[in-house]
Amino acid sequence: MASASASEELWILGIHMTKFGKHPDKDLVDLASEAVQGALSDGGVTMKDIGIIGAGNLMMAMAPTGQMVQKQLGQTGIPVYNVSNACATGATALRVALMAIKAGETDMGLAFGVEKLAGAGLLAGGSRSADSNTWTPHGRFGAVAAVDGRVGTETMPGVFAQIGMEYGHKYGGTSFELFAKISEKNHAHSTLNPLAAYTKKMSLEQIMNDVMIAYPNTRPMCSANCDGAAAAVVVSGSKLKTLSLEQQKRAVKISASVLTTDPYEEACQILPNVNTLTRRAATQAYEQAGVSPADLNLVELHDCFATAELVHYDNLMLCEEGGAADFFNSGATWRDGKTPVNVSGGLESKGHPIAATGIANVWEVATHLRGEAGDRQIEGAKVGMTHVIGLGSACGVHILEKSAA
Amino acid sequence: MAQQIPLVDYLVLGDNPHLVAQECTSCGARFFDRRNACASCGGTDFKQVDVATTGEVRTFTIVSFAAPGIPVPFVAAVVDCEGTSVRANLINVTPDPEHVTTGMKVRLATEVIGTDDNGTEAVGFGFEPLGG
Repeated sequence: MASASASEELWILGIHMTKFGKHPDKDLVDLASEAVQGALSDGGVTMKDIGIIGAGNLMMAMAPTGQMVQKQLGQTGIPVYNVSNACATGATALRVALMAIKAGETDMGLAFGVEKLAGAGLLAGGSRSADSNTWTPHGRFGAVAAVDGRVGTETMPGVFAQIGMEYGHKYGGTSFELFAKISEKNHAHSTLNPLAAYTKKMSLEQIMNDVMIAYPNTRPMCSANCDGAAAAVVVSGSKLKTLSLEQQKRAVKISASVLTTDPYEEACQILPNVNTLTRRAATQAYEQAGVSPADLNLVELHDCFATAELVHYDNLMLCEEGGAADFFNSGATWRDGKTPVNVSGGLESKGHPIAATGIANVWEVATHLRGEAGDRQIEGAKVGMTHVIGLGSACGVHILEKSAA
Repeated sequence: MAQQIPLVDYLVLGDNPHLVAQECTSCGARFFDRRNACASCGGTDFKQVDVATTGEVRTFTIVSFAAPGIPVPFVAAVVDCEGTSVRANLINVTPDPEHVTTGMKVRLATEVIGTDDNGTEAVGFGFEPLGG
């Protein structure tokens, strides 16, 4: 029986992501199994070593995804927690495994996230019920017809467009071109990532002249719907000490793991406020890890839209308050800048198989900390941060550190 | 005149169309849906209040891809109505970034969105430029 305590260190022992993109011949179980086998093999362990599974999937959330994967890879009778938490699903699954270790229920856990999203269209909110032949009020607003599109927009590109525009209204310095330049950066970064869904560099002109989805977000400025999975084996510090030196050397320390929801603020039920909960999660994470934004060698943040990436520079305190536009214009977030952001290509170019994202971003940072990122390696990376936002809302932030072993 | 019904129950029609909100009597937070309690302070006592019909556009987007049946492009926005934020479309304005800006002053306006089999008109609302 494990004997972890609340002060127990948490480590990633093995981690893996599949290629993101179109996988017409693979279903959820195939993709998840590939990621899980990869993570187990990377960590040098088997399903028999795992004491808990956090299984993340959003679009098929009714399915017992974790048990379906067990039936492929090993039915050991351990508890499975199937979780869905919008775009924070992967980070939530990871936290389930980490919390079980912290609670002393096990010393080794598995988390995975998987999504089949290639070819999915525009994602929107829940107010799209069909209009009827006679007006009958229904729902929490007594609406006689669908309100999405008639009372503002619930489409994701439209919601996040407003979030970016609001930041511009408050602090200035933003423009269609500035948002497009953020997308240009991420599409350039993905050219070095063989696992990205899209690896083609795009010019600023191409991005600005592409199909407008919700001003100022054109199509390449939106996250790419695709298939993919990612998985991680996590372990307590005391368990890690009993493993081989090779395992200890490649292990990556989880110095902070935080999940928050949006605290009440005026207007937050009118337009989702992704700022409050991200700032709160980041504050807690920096405190847990004992690091500051200046210590971060790379950040993978939730650029579900180009307009979102900008506000999170500020929310994660990578720049001074109100200074996100200047920060980006300084070149800081390009891979050769002061604080490289989304060197994987981000959700806009690497892709966004929703539940996989919150573990795939951990894989990206861990791979740099291990010095195994190949052509896109951020040299000497020692500390990194990951961030996801699920609308509704939930925010997951992790800070990872290179092993000293 | 045809029978009319508001698109949502927080829109009051008549000579002076306006929105109403449920205001928490403890902390003043305002909500447009029916409430169990206040998300800000937990209070359970509410009173119905009228929301100002003029305001300022705090943010917007111009939506080009929307649900079937919704004409595009249209402008979706958040309007600050003297301290109460309202989600709405901007109407009676050209939907392009040259004609729509954050900070622009707007006022509530209504429009018929359709007629049902009984001949009843559903009336929606939006905000239009003030004095434009």
